[in-house]
Amino acid sequence: MALLLLILESLLIFVFILLFCVAYIILAERKILGHMQGRFGPMHTGWHGMLQPIADILKCLIKENIMPTAADKIVFILAPVMSILPAIMCLAVIPFSKNIYAADLNIGVLYLLALGSLGVYGVATCGWAGNSKYGLLGSIRSTAQLISYEVPMGLAVLGPVMMARSLNLIKIVEAQKSFWYILIQPVGFFIFVVCSAAETNRIPFDLPEAETELVAGFHVEYSGFKFVAFFLAEYMHMFVTSAMAAILFLGGWKGPFFPGPIWFMIKVYSFLVLYIWARGTFPRYRYDQLMQLGWKFLLPLSLANLVLTSIGIVIFG
Amino acid sequence: MFQQNEMTIEMGPQHPSTHGVLRLTLRIRGETVINVDPTVGYLHRGIEKIAENLMYTQFQPYTDRLDYISAPANNLAYVQTVEKLLGVDVTPRAKFIRVILAELARISSHLVWLATHGLDLGAMSMFLYCFRERELIMDLLELYCGSRLTTTCMEIGGVRGDISQEFIDKLNDFIKMFPDKIQDYETLLTKNRIWLKRTKGIGIVSAEQAINFGLTGPTLRGSGVKYDVRKAQPYAAYDQIDFEVPIGTVGDVYDRYLVRMEEMRQSTKIIRQALEKLPEGSVRVQDSRITRPDKALLATSMEALIQYCYLIMEGIIPPKGEVYSSVEGSKGELGFYIYSDGTSKPYRLKIRTPSFYNVGILPSMAKGAFLADMTAFIASIDIVLGEIDR
Repeated sequence: MALLLLILESLLIFVFILLFCVAYIILAERKILGHMQGRFGPMHTGWHGMLQPIADILKCLIKENIMPTAADKIVFILAPVMSILPAIMCLAVIPFSKNIYAADLNIGVLYLLALGSLGVYGVATCGWAGNSKYGLLGSIRSTAQLISYEVPMGLAVLGPVMMARSLNLIKIVEAQKSFWYILIQPVGFFIFVVCSAAETNRIPFDLPEAETELVAGFHVEYSGFKFVAFFLAEYMHMFVTSAMAAILFLGGWKGPFFPGPIWFMIKVYSFLVLYIWARGTFPRYRYDQLMQLGWKFLLPLSLANLVLTSIGIVIFG
Repeated sequence: MFQQNEMTIEMGPQHPSTHGVLRLTLRIRGETVINVDPTVGYLHRGIEKIAENLMYTQFQPYTDRLDYISAPANNLAYVQTVEKLLGVDVTPRAKFIRVILAELARISSHLVWLATHGLDLGAMSMFLYCFRERELIMDLLELYCGSRLTTTCMEIGGVRGDISQEFIDKLNDFIKMFPDKIQDYETLLTKNRIWLKRTKGIGIVSAEQAINFGLTGPTLRGSGVKYDVRKAQPYAAYDQIDFEVPIGTVGDVYDRYLVRMEEMRQSTKIIRQALEKLPEGSVRVQDSRITRPDKALLATSMEALIQYCYLIMEGIIPPKGEVYSSVEGSKGELGFYIYSDGTSKPYRLKIRTPSFYNVGILPSMAKGAFLADMTAFIASIDIVLGEIDR
């Protein structure tokens, strides 16, 4: 019993630390974007707005719980849960260093991909449950987008998996002892970057929640903490995909001078900055153009990359 | 009437990208727009009717609230019409100051257009960059007349006041710096692949269609029709200034974008020339019907006192008649029609606002397009609801 409590306690601490990291991605985004656009971002809550995410979350927690009269009540409440749970569960297998992880699964990559796809259910049901046309449109877009980009993303991930001959995230990192896989898999990395932006609904692929077209997209009917759940799920998803990029292509926690976790966080956050940078630069794709890009360009490219990788592995062993 | 798989969504009046309170009733199948039905009138304030109960000078602040983004141009259109009715010709210096203020208004309005156009298509930074530069224009206007948005900076018979050396210096700084900023915007958008994909080949308006719908301004010129009131019927000092009227070729959203970008450059050029050619002299005509006497005279001259009181109490009394005069506002031809019955208030005042005519093209533009393109269309015709609803 005491052991169980201890495990539970350590898991809770783990989750809280990660939630903390995720909350600060939001602040980082606001600050970096602000400075890119010639302004400061949040400045008043704490030193340079350092307490802003905490204040935001607290504010949303005490907000009134609004339930649209026409909503499907059970699904409406379940949708944010369905959205945030897979995102938290994803964090379990992320190895921050050789020893810091919650679970060491030998099918870690598969687990991440599977849970990443489960998040679609939250998005799909929430637009439908709110009984709003804007929400429904956002949901349809999002579902189509997530499903289409899952395929090339999975194929891009296969490259490092084939080279490391393992689905275990720790073994994949260990296999990058001499060189990072980005050097051999630049095309795979490129596909992964594009697909992960689409998977996490980031500009230039943020159609599901295009503010200016669909007002807020799938979560238009949500407010208070249910909205925060979607928000956190999205940023957690961002964190997870960045972590995947760091593990699969950038050598995970490997690096000179600093200890592993620091290197890992540097890689994750620099990948996140890439997202934020894109948001400060690009306009948004249109729905049909997004689909064309996914199916007509990324899918053949990732298939070709896969074939080339396997040929390379056969030849060079 | 409704087919299967179709649904109606209301875009607006409360929607972030309808640029105000425009309401669009969209019939869509999936993401394809089948029909658009714009509804205007949510911002109706009865400005034309109010004008019938106000003296000519009193109405001028209301014109600020038409196209509230480029108030000086509205002021100019109004005072110019009243002057035409009175048969007054303003002084050369006032004409040049009018040109400067009107062009500042055009740049300011185009910056707001670019900002929202970018934001509507997801280029969020454009919004802040454009507003950063617009702030400088606001500061200039504030320096000139004390007000930033609702300027009322022109008067019947001239302009509100002379421009100071500080204003000229700051304006010179601005026009020196601004072309680089336009270059920056173009670097971000003009050759951007996503921007091209989102704007090229959509919302095409042929030249014939544009004329039939009564479009004016950059929306018309984007379709390749070279009509600009500044060239067609030069007013103020535009006949003494050399500038180009950019036109598009295809008439799509991208062409209208390019036309407006070039217009900002041309406006900078116009301001530079106006500053160089700025003549000396008074900024107000001396005409006892419209000009108040100098305040110092009131203590010594009985006639001046009577004239002063007369102008305040009775207002300007134009002769009977009807008159129409227009300017090239930032959105298109902005015209005022005044029917005067010889009293100090207009019998009827009609405002020809460009946005009202331009918004009419929206349904034919949008048929068969994608839902996401709607925002691009609305942004590319650059409407302001204060002007549509009056």
